[in-house]
Amino acid sequence: MAEVLVYVDHVDGAVRKPTLELLTLARRIGEPVAVALGNGAADTAAALAEHGAVKVLTADAPEFADYLVVPKVDALQAAFDAVSPAAVLLPSSAEAKEIGARLALRIGSGIITDAVDLEAGDQGPVATQSAFAASYTTKSRVSKGTPVITVKPNSVAVEAAPAAGAVEALDVSFSEKATGTKVLSRTPRESTGRPELTEAAIVVAGGRGVNGAENFAVIEALADSLGAAVGASRAAVDAGWYPHTSQVGQTGKSVSPQLYIASGISGAIQHRAGMQTSKTIVAINKDAEAPIFELVDYGVVGDLFAVVPQLTDEVKSRKG
Amino acid sequence: MSLRIVVCVKYVPDATGDRHFADDLTLDRDDVDGLLSELDEYAVEQALQIADEADDAEITVLTVGPEDAKDALRKALSMGADKAVHVEDDDLHGTDVIGTSLVLAKAIEKTGYDLVICGMASTDGVMGVLPALLSERLGVPQVTLLSEVSVEDGTVKGRRDGDSASEQLEASLPAVVSVTDQSGEARYPSFKGIMAAKKKPVESLDLEDLEIEADEVGLEGSWTAVDSATERPARTAGTIVKDEGEGGRQLAEFLAGQKFI
Repeated sequence: MAEVLVYVDHVDGAVRKPTLELLTLARRIGEPVAVALGNGAADTAAALAEHGAVKVLTADAPEFADYLVVPKVDALQAAFDAVSPAAVLLPSSAEAKEIGARLALRIGSGIITDAVDLEAGDQGPVATQSAFAASYTTKSRVSKGTPVITVKPNSVAVEAAPAAGAVEALDVSFSEKATGTKVLSRTPRESTGRPELTEAAIVVAGGRGVNGAENFAVIEALADSLGAAVGASRAAVDAGWYPHTSQVGQTGKSVSPQLYIASGISGAIQHRAGMQTSKTIVAINKDAEAPIFELVDYGVVGDLFAVVPQLTDEVKSRKG
Repeated sequence: MSLRIVVCVKYVPDATGDRHFADDLTLDRDDVDGLLSELDEYAVEQALQIADEADDAEITVLTVGPEDAKDALRKALSMGADKAVHVEDDDLHGTDVIGTSLVLAKAIEKTGYDLVICGMASTDGVMGVLPALLSERLGVPQVTLLSEVSVEDGTVKGRRDGDSASEQLEASLPAVVSVTDQSGEARYPSFKGIMAAKKKPVESLDLEDLEIEADEVGLEGSWTAVDSATERPARTAGTIVKDEGEGGRQLAEFLAGQKFI
């Protein structure tokens, strides 16, 4: 059976959920061979094996942390040369997309980004994507070379499928260009204790209607009761009420959770572009005419400062 | 020595318009207005600020697209860019991102550059990979997704805010930079800027000028193929209730029914 390279997104050996989703999708088109790079690379093996990786290729070197992107492209290319896979899958993070694009160019292959589903086809893997603010669904494939495809988080439910997960050291020689962009310093983002926005199964987002940075506590309380990430509309971010890293929309992040709860968000097209592929959409807004209500599975016309705290209390009491 | 800055911009369909696919599964440009991609305005702005700080700098704004794409160039010129390059050729219709990166890289090399600045992504395709592809093709460092950028003594520095960390980056010129919408509000063209833009040079190039064969680009030359595009059925109308004191509890009931709580 054909092998499929899966690029592993991990933090010091802790594998992030989108990679486990990739392994689930990779099994539809072949046997997953995982590539884990950087500090803690070998520690990823157990989690990867549990989710179907037949092999885990690992490499660590200071270059991965000290320089931007290119050293990882060199390593993934080494893995590609060693395995000759039928496809290369990466998560749709900003960095992994850059890595995938450079690899694709080097190996003479097309690239598809932000797939929301993947299946085997007669002419290779077929990727489902969402276009024009999710008003269209497209089916695409790579027509030249070995398909390089990045997949959005929450595209598939993770399935365990134990496999050998044999760890092998990957031999990497870095290209001359690998050290072109120095990382002078790296400041880890302070953890909020909440799930990462783009990976979260539930997102609770606030907009203009939240009316002040201090009022975001109401949104955060609901998010915490549900174990959700917090998002914000551009209006809320531009007003300085919530950090840009939480912005959902065309110029912010694109999210696709199981459940999206929009509070005090009117639903301008730019916002919809970033959340319209959410599976279940709920909105709370004073304005019954707000365009967000066109998208909802359930909407409450009312004051978010009354509805959201009541919902939070109810969630807490039901969860006991 | 003059700092040569090339800003890559894209002419995109207005997201508030009715965007749809044509029969060949490319964007139907006839039914929707186009404009300079909002995310590219930030790239133009940073180019202008970097040029202000430099002793001597020249900003060329570059686009690949049909005749109408000149509108995007005019906007960038009216913001303050010095000159423009427009790559236009019928054979470019339907080119994918790999092909587009080839055309841009050749045009950038022909123009001459020390610094290439791009927006973080286009607002239509939203792939966000073009700057990395340009870096790979040109063989120069990528310093991408910056929320702060500065150039001094042949070195570009910037801050990249990722999901898990914020990084300070540095590379020697020549380099490819991309900037986010956090890099600084883009200026509005002044009346004087709009009038001046009309007199600024716009150079037109075609595939022959760039020594690119027709089969390297366009729909046929693309390394990806779209097999189908289906308009999403309108969402079935959801349940909408008016809060009369029980809205939160009613919503909790719905969420429980969907097994979210």
